[in-house]
Amino acid sequence: MSELKHIRTPLARVRGFGSAKSGTGAFWHQRVTAIANIPLTIAAVFIVISLLGRNQPAAAQTLGSPTVAIIMVLFIVSITAHMRIGMQVIIEDYVHDELAKLTLIVANSFFAVAVGLISVYGVLKLSFGL
Amino acid sequence: MAETRAPAERPLSPHLQIYRPLLTMMMSIVHRITGFGLYFGTVLLAWWLNAAANPNGYTRFQAFAGSWIGRLILFGYTWALIHHMLGGIRHLIWDSGHGLGPNEREWLAAANLIGSITITIILWIVGLLAVGGPQ
Repeated sequence: MSELKHIRTPLARVRGFGSAKSGTGAFWHQRVTAIANIPLTIAAVFIVISLLGRNQPAAAQTLGSPTVAIIMVLFIVSITAHMRIGMQVIIEDYVHDELAKLTLIVANSFFAVAVGLISVYGVLKLSFGL
Repeated sequence: MAETRAPAERPLSPHLQIYRPLLTMMMSIVHRITGFGLYFGTVLLAWWLNAAANPNGYTRFQAFAGSWIGRLILFGYTWALIHHMLGGIRHLIWDSGHGLGPNEREWLAAANLIGSITITIILWIVGLLAVGGPQ
């Protein structure tokens, strides 16, 4: 009883601080990208192994070929979308200061999108021969 | 209206230091740690894909990847990737409502760990044969 210092109930005090109404969407997208990541990661591992010990022109030619380039672009998009959600969950679990949490969540989105688009740019450059 | 009765003073839910370490618990933590590592590992992927466009840049990347520290990082990257993927498959099985029994979940956790180590070693044997030993 000593905890109740004012008339508002514990439930009333937490109402409005909870869900941002996007939890189900994140949960679902995490699983959809997880399923996509399985065949794409296996394909990417085989692509990497096929390029081990090869020189730059050979790597550029293989990575720029249509099938490999498309697989790599799909792989990059799927893993960066997946990791963005995963890192947000980690941030929300461990960072409780509101400003630090929001800063990290925004930085997380920036990092995931940047590393994804830089990687896609690298593949497309090889593919289009720029 | 009756006054609200305050809940009894009970301890909050016990945290990690209370429980005896279990394999499933360790695998859960490792799944998160490997995911965290893979997140930053994508920088290497971006570097590799962008280096492939120019000979000097690719030589620099290969020098890094062939160095002992580079190989150590890439070995860890390989294991984290495979472990996280197998862990993800385990979670998808659980999402379907299967594999949650006491024996099944232990078996899945052990298979996750043994599988990731085995596949990583096989991939590296294949990889080192392709490269032709240390440079």
